Amino acid sequence: MVGRFLAGLRDRRVFGARARDGRVIVPPLDADPRTGETLDVLVEVGQFGIVTSWTWVPEPRPNHPLQRPFAFALILLDGADTAILHVLDAPDASSVRTGMRVRIRWRAEREGSIRDIECFEPNPEPARGQYGVQPVDVDSIAPLSQIVTPVRLDYTVNPGRATARFLNAIAQRRIIGQRCPACRKVYVPPRGSCPTCAVASDEEVEVAATGTVTSFCIVRVPYPGQTIRPPYCSASILLDGADIPFLHLVSDIPVDDVRMGLRVEAAWAPDAELGPTVESIRWFRPSGEPDVPFEQIKEHLV
Amino acid sequence: MRDVAVVSFAKAELIGGDNTRNEVEILMPVVHEAIERAGIDKREIGFTCSGSCDYLQGQPFAFVTALDAIGAWPPIEESHVEMDAAWALYEAWVRLQHGDIDSALVYGFGKPSLGSLPDVFVAQLDPYYLQPLWPDAHSLAALQARALAESGVAPDARSATAVSTVPTALQSEGVAPITDGAAAVVLAAGDVAQRLSPRPAWIAGVDHRSEPHHPGMRDLTRSASAELAAERAGAFAGAPIEVAELHAQYAHEEAILRSALRLGAGVRVNPSGGALAANPVMATGLIRIGEAAQRVIDGEATRALAHAASGPCLQQNLVCVLEARA
Repeated sequence: MVGRFLAGLRDRRVFGARARDGRVIVPPLDADPRTGETLDVLVEVGQFGIVTSWTWVPEPRPNHPLQRPFAFALILLDGADTAILHVLDAPDASSVRTGMRVRIRWRAEREGSIRDIECFEPNPEPARGQYGVQPVDVDSIAPLSQIVTPVRLDYTVNPGRATARFLNAIAQRRIIGQRCPACRKVYVPPRGSCPTCAVASDEEVEVAATGTVTSFCIVRVPYPGQTIRPPYCSASILLDGADIPFLHLVSDIPVDDVRMGLRVEAAWAPDAELGPTVESIRWFRPSGEPDVPFEQIKEHLV
Repeated sequence: MRDVAVVSFAKAELIGGDNTRNEVEILMPVVHEAIERAGIDKREIGFTCSGSCDYLQGQPFAFVTALDAIGAWPPIEESHVEMDAAWALYEAWVRLQHGDIDSALVYGFGKPSLGSLPDVFVAQLDPYYLQPLWPDAHSLAALQARALAESGVAPDARSATAVSTVPTALQSEGVAPITDGAAAVVLAAGDVAQRLSPRPAWIAGVDHRSEPHHPGMRDLTRSASAELAAERAGAFAGAPIEVAELHAQYAHEEAILRSALRLGAGVRVNPSGGALAANPVMATGLIRIGEAAQRVIDGEATRALAHAASGPCLQQNLVCVLEARA
């Protein structure tokens, strides 16, 4: 029913679902919200209706459909028994009231979306004709099978106390971890707690910018948003002085030569590119020291 | 049914947000406090259940990193709901009914200060009819406020209308402030509850009910689901409710809930200040249960009601009745 409703909008038609007790549900659902029964009778309702509740939005948010003051409204279309939520384009709040008649303003380009209805607009014409009565041949309306509803949300990220100190230090080419007061393990990057012991970790420890590859994978598959050209190596690196490996890139070595036990050192970004980000280390590169035997790293693989 | 009680409660409510600590740094002291107050050995806890929503902090799998605050080693039996932690408490209560474990830890946390909360709530709406129009939480609430005001049912129609005509005023009046925070509750069954607490807050009944998602498909002036949940939780039978904690994020929601839950003039409503005083989203509902339980534990009340809500315009409601027993 949802797909047929959206397909109908593309053709400037508004469908509802008629329940067994005669109520017409607009916009239609696949099941009667009151009884749970499957809804399969499609009817066409009017393009005029009345406002049953509304709220004025004097300052539209960036995501709102109208970028001038408008009203969100619940609108009971002629022939419908439930209200549809949409936006109402009116000159000001004083021109809107519950019970006023409104009509659909269609978007010129329609694609099968609730936003094919650009908005509603005030219209004093009384209801005419019979709506929501005559069933529409369901098979004559090909339902839309897929829609895209993009969502954009913005966040100001707060790393927390421990991670903030780590990020500030890495901007100065120093790597800071925290030691758990209970198990004495050193975590890099620190999160302010030991996840095994569930206690706060506040003893700060500086670790070396050298370490050992304990595990790795070669990324050969491109994906959207990828910033590095494959193939490249992503590795778990146990920094000297830390107990938990740290995820970073390994480069300056053919990917097929990367191995567990490989000794590496940080390749720092130039001064101008240093900042509170792990990208202050461009990648890790072989240090030239002999490999570490597996026995010494087997407790630190990931 | 197996008797289950709230034996301890702890919370952190950071009005205006906490811009220095991450969610683990906020949550850990709260969990520690609840466990300490319960006087239970952490290793004895049979089940852990949490409620949170990754959209709040915009961090995928934030609910997994939050386990750092619990210490999931050696491995623990654990579950999560992408809802207010009041529903995690419901899951833990059901889990305790199985009879093979005697205690559970429930916690919830949220950091809504990192995003735009009225917009984040849009992400919970259906993607076909509602989400593309971006009806922010304040606007949906205002539609309900007007419906209530114009129905003549509202005890204070004037303030509800003010809410609906000037959404920006919602920020200061009749709206919960942005709050980061966390809450934790320890549940225990039967003898274990009696061992841990001299006066446990026994869960006499708990139930949750939902209504149609679309605000245009229900009567916005009342809350049929809150009323049904209260009835099924036994709130309308037995000794009178003395204290109620309501998860009302707007002033008009409290009016609707007082009516649905049949709270008369003799009931103390929201002695904690309620969600309008502090609203750490995803912990707010659990805090209502914790606060109501605390009134019983402290001997201030013999029978208390806690309410939690979820979804647009009070779509889903949970009611928990707590009582002291001789």
